[in-house]
Amino acid sequence: MNTVAFAIIAIFTLTFALAAATNPRLMHAALSFAAMFVGIAGFFFLLGAEFVGLVQIFVYVGAVAVLIVFTILLTRRETQPHHGFKWGGVIVAGAVFAGLLWAIIKTSAVSIAAPLVKALTVKQIGEVLMTQYVWPLLCVGVLLTAALIGALVLVMEDRSER
Amino acid sequence: MSVGAFDQIFIHLKQWLLSPLAGRVPGWLLQIVSSLLNIAVLLGVFLTLFALMSVLERKILGRMQNRYGPNRVGPFGLFQPVADGIKMLIKEDIVPVSADKVVHFLAPILVAATAILALGIIPYGRNMTPFVIDGGILFFFAVGSTTELAVFMAGWGSNNKFSMLGAMRAIAQMISYELPLIIAVLPVVMIVGSLNPDRIVLAQKYYYFGFLPHWFVLTPWGATAFILFFVSGLVESNRTPFDVPEGESEIVAGHMTEYSGFKYATFFMAEYLGMFAVSGLAVTMFLGGWHPPFPFLAFIPSYVWFFAKLSVLLFTFIWVRGTLPRIRVDQMMNFAWKFMLPMAFTCVISSAVWYYTGHRLLAWFWSFAVIAVVYIVLSLFLDTRRKFTPRTYRFAE
Repeated sequence: MNTVAFAIIAIFTLTFALAAATNPRLMHAALSFAAMFVGIAGFFFLLGAEFVGLVQIFVYVGAVAVLIVFTILLTRRETQPHHGFKWGGVIVAGAVFAGLLWAIIKTSAVSIAAPLVKALTVKQIGEVLMTQYVWPLLCVGVLLTAALIGALVLVMEDRSER
Repeated sequence: MSVGAFDQIFIHLKQWLLSPLAGRVPGWLLQIVSSLLNIAVLLGVFLTLFALMSVLERKILGRMQNRYGPNRVGPFGLFQPVADGIKMLIKEDIVPVSADKVVHFLAPILVAATAILALGIIPYGRNMTPFVIDGGILFFFAVGSTTELAVFMAGWGSNNKFSMLGAMRAIAQMISYELPLIIAVLPVVMIVGSLNPDRIVLAQKYYYFGFLPHWFVLTPWGATAFILFFVSGLVESNRTPFDVPEGESEIVAGHMTEYSGFKYATFFMAEYLGMFAVSGLAVTMFLGGWHPPFPFLAFIPSYVWFFAKLSVLLFTFIWVRGTLPRIRVDQMMNFAWKFMLPMAFTCVISSAVWYYTGHRLLAWFWSFAVIAVVYIVLSLFLDTRRKFTPRTYRFAE
């Protein structure tokens, strides 16, 4: 059952990932990218990481995809002419793939027969975030607030000049 | 038949329907059949409610505006939705030549799908949650946030300036009001300590002094959060005081301009389903879910109470539509960021005060005081009347 589900989600995710990489129409590529995020959320659900899956949909489909789509909308629309095949890209992609493969094989914690881990509940995640990891959480909050204020300062129109 | 039997009648019905399969087919198939059954019932109930609501809304609006409303088709015009549905089905489906065909086609489906998915986590009665998810509240908002992408697809796929402007307006107001909507839910989640809708309903089952229900709407922070949630819900479902995205006097019908026939009906349906979902969540979070208001009324089945509370909220939606004019975009944005968001954060603080002063009368007072102080300070600082000057018309002279 899980294998079948994995195969379906994998085909779905890979199809949309390929579409996102190859589609010459930027907006279609961006929307395929969003569909691929849903597929990745499906993997998280399959692994029992419900919270991570929901956050994946929330952040990536709800926010990042909208951001990408607006970026495309607000920049120039015409499609780039086809540049032909580039061997440099193939080498970089191959290197990244080899590196990831090496890391996956070397990691001992991931084995085919996964040990029975009790599924993390949202409550446990919340408790850990609020006790053990409270300083990193606060730092991230301060950083994001600074980024927000910085973005506002950048786009704020100067009233004295008008 | 005892009380419990009526309460659990749908559960028993489902078990009876599934009993021929049990033991004969593998477990995963049974699970899928069970889920499909839930989905079928969910769709049946809410599509019927949508049909009823569309005719009732026209009747109530008619009454508010001193006219009859639809009264020709069937008794009291009750078969009007059937006639409307047939009309929508046989209408020509027009797709603009310059439209992005795939995106234009997918947008209404996605809008309706997200609205239906959000309905899946709401507890409609005792043991009557279609899909029990530990982070159900989070699921609701995660699914709801994808609506923005669907609306964008409708606007962009139509390749029309009115569609695009409408989609921009819709996304702007959805993103702005998503914040108060989610933060208004936080106090309840903090007090209950769970994101599970069933737990939240169970936390509201007690009664003060044996008769006053332990609903969160009866606490100061709960009442404020409920109002904020309801107003944000009005915006999220693009209902009248906030229906700027489809302001027909300005931009035809917003992102729905280039849709006709059944695709338009799908958008219309999604709007109503979204309304049901937001109202259902409001009932679950603040109005005690399926619990009766008084303990001696517990003999009435739980789902009746849920749908009674839902109907009250839906009537309020219609009432507001019949009463208030549409507000401007800038007014709406100012309201979201300068009033709704600070008030939502105040609710979080107020509920913390309530929690740490120990649920008594004193707690009631202190948490009310926090909200009152912030409200007064905000209303002093947000004196928008200062900028009012005699109005000059540039174009219409």
